Amino acid sequence: MQQTTSIVHIKGIRDGLLATFSDAPWEDQQGALLGQIDERPAFFQGARLAIDVGPHTLKVNELVDLRDRLSERNVSLWAVVSESPTTEQTSQLLGLATRISKPRPEEQRQVAEVISSDSALFIIKTVRSGTRIEHPGNIVIVGDVNPGAEVVAEGNVIVWGRVRGMIHAGAKGDRSAFICALDLSANQLRIANEVSASLKPQKDPRPEIASINKEGYLQSEIWNAG
Amino acid sequence: MTAQVITVTSGKGGVGKTTAVANLATALAMDGKRVVCIDGDIGLRNLDVVMGLENRIVYDIVDVIEGRCKLKQAMIRDKHYSDLYLIPAAQTRDKNAVSPSDMIRICKDLRPDADFIIVDSPAGIERGFRNAIAAADRVLVVTNPEVSAVRDADRVVGILEAEEKGSPLLILNRLNPSLVKSNDMLSAEDVLDLLGIQLVGIVPEDENVIIGSNRGAPVVTDSKSRAGQAFKNIARRLQGQDVPFMDLANQGGIWSAIQRLTGRK
Repeated sequence: MQQTTSIVHIKGIRDGLLATFSDAPWEDQQGALLGQIDERPAFFQGARLAIDVGPHTLKVNELVDLRDRLSERNVSLWAVVSESPTTEQTSQLLGLATRISKPRPEEQRQVAEVISSDSALFIIKTVRSGTRIEHPGNIVIVGDVNPGAEVVAEGNVIVWGRVRGMIHAGAKGDRSAFICALDLSANQLRIANEVSASLKPQKDPRPEIASINKEGYLQSEIWNAG
Repeated sequence: MTAQVITVTSGKGGVGKTTAVANLATALAMDGKRVVCIDGDIGLRNLDVVMGLENRIVYDIVDVIEGRCKLKQAMIRDKHYSDLYLIPAAQTRDKNAVSPSDMIRICKDLRPDADFIIVDSPAGIERGFRNAIAAADRVLVVTNPEVSAVRDADRVVGILEAEEKGSPLLILNRLNPSLVKSNDMLSAEDVLDLLGIQLVGIVPEDENVIIGSNRGAPVVTDSKSRAGQAFKNIARRLQGQDVPFMDLANQGGIWSAIQRLTGRK
């Protein structure tokens, strides 16, 4: 089952349908996608759609608009795959997945680049319940991580704020990764495949750093600059 | 003069969205404003019951959208305030009968002849919620001082921020000052600390709210009720007035009066 038109390709994948956009202007492609859906409403009725937008940089309102227009046609948008970090971040803020079952080879290459250049995903806002932030490198958050939020990094995680959600550092197995925060009262911390029990909120919070110690356990200790 | 569209939402169900809508709308009407309430909870309508207008419904919002009646025909006038109207939800349909663009269109048609349009959102963060916030100029998030309600409110605030709806205002409903004092309930500070949004009012726990809802007479019409006073204050703040917050700690009957007299906490 594969249909081809000039600019948007739609094919069936394991998790529903995948629409692949080319680098033609965004407006045209959105129009082409909705046009294809309108042509055969019965086929798309109730479909779960993932889109691969390639290098397009999409803003929140563009994605919201597309999602609403799809939803009016009874198609639910669940994932946005993109090469643009901005688009990925936008999608994550809207609670959309950014990976589909089979990661693309280009993505793997990007991961290696990100880690080697030590670039970090930098977020200046509170990460709220239901938000999942994923990044193949380090993550720096200036704000709180609220209960119900998940932050997953293949590198380290630094939070200039209070952590009460879940943080996973070294998600691909890096046991030297660490998590530090001004107040680490998370309900769960993970580094590589180690999981910590819930940390009790403290009366008098101090900056803490969590890492895997010599015995191989995940532990957190008060940050001691001296 | 064009109306302001205010959507009341919460994430979790049962925290008092509908009660807040009925009371704020009535309070605004008591202040002489022209108000239209829209029940956005298609399939589970109950704003009409809380406002005491159940038996007057002929047409509903889905009839308007599907062209079976004019917008004016679906607007039910309140029993006591002639400038307060309700557009009821359909009880026999579901959320998919309405789309975000329908809500935007209806609100656009209502704007010239009203001061406030108040939309009651269903619980959850799915289609009905999307419909309810589509036209909103301002969003009020209602929560209770309970961990689960606060977490859902946090989720909703995150979605609203991501959709660039601006920072919502918070109504903390059903606060029980004596439970907070004994450390058995989250305090207003705890909730604000987590959500980090602006507070527009705290409504104390008050059994008159339930009595009023069942009678179809919102509690703001009861001049003795503390909760009613709190809703009136919120309505004034929505009109841009600067109203000081009520001192909730200094109430709670004879015992607290004695404690105040003897100077003990």
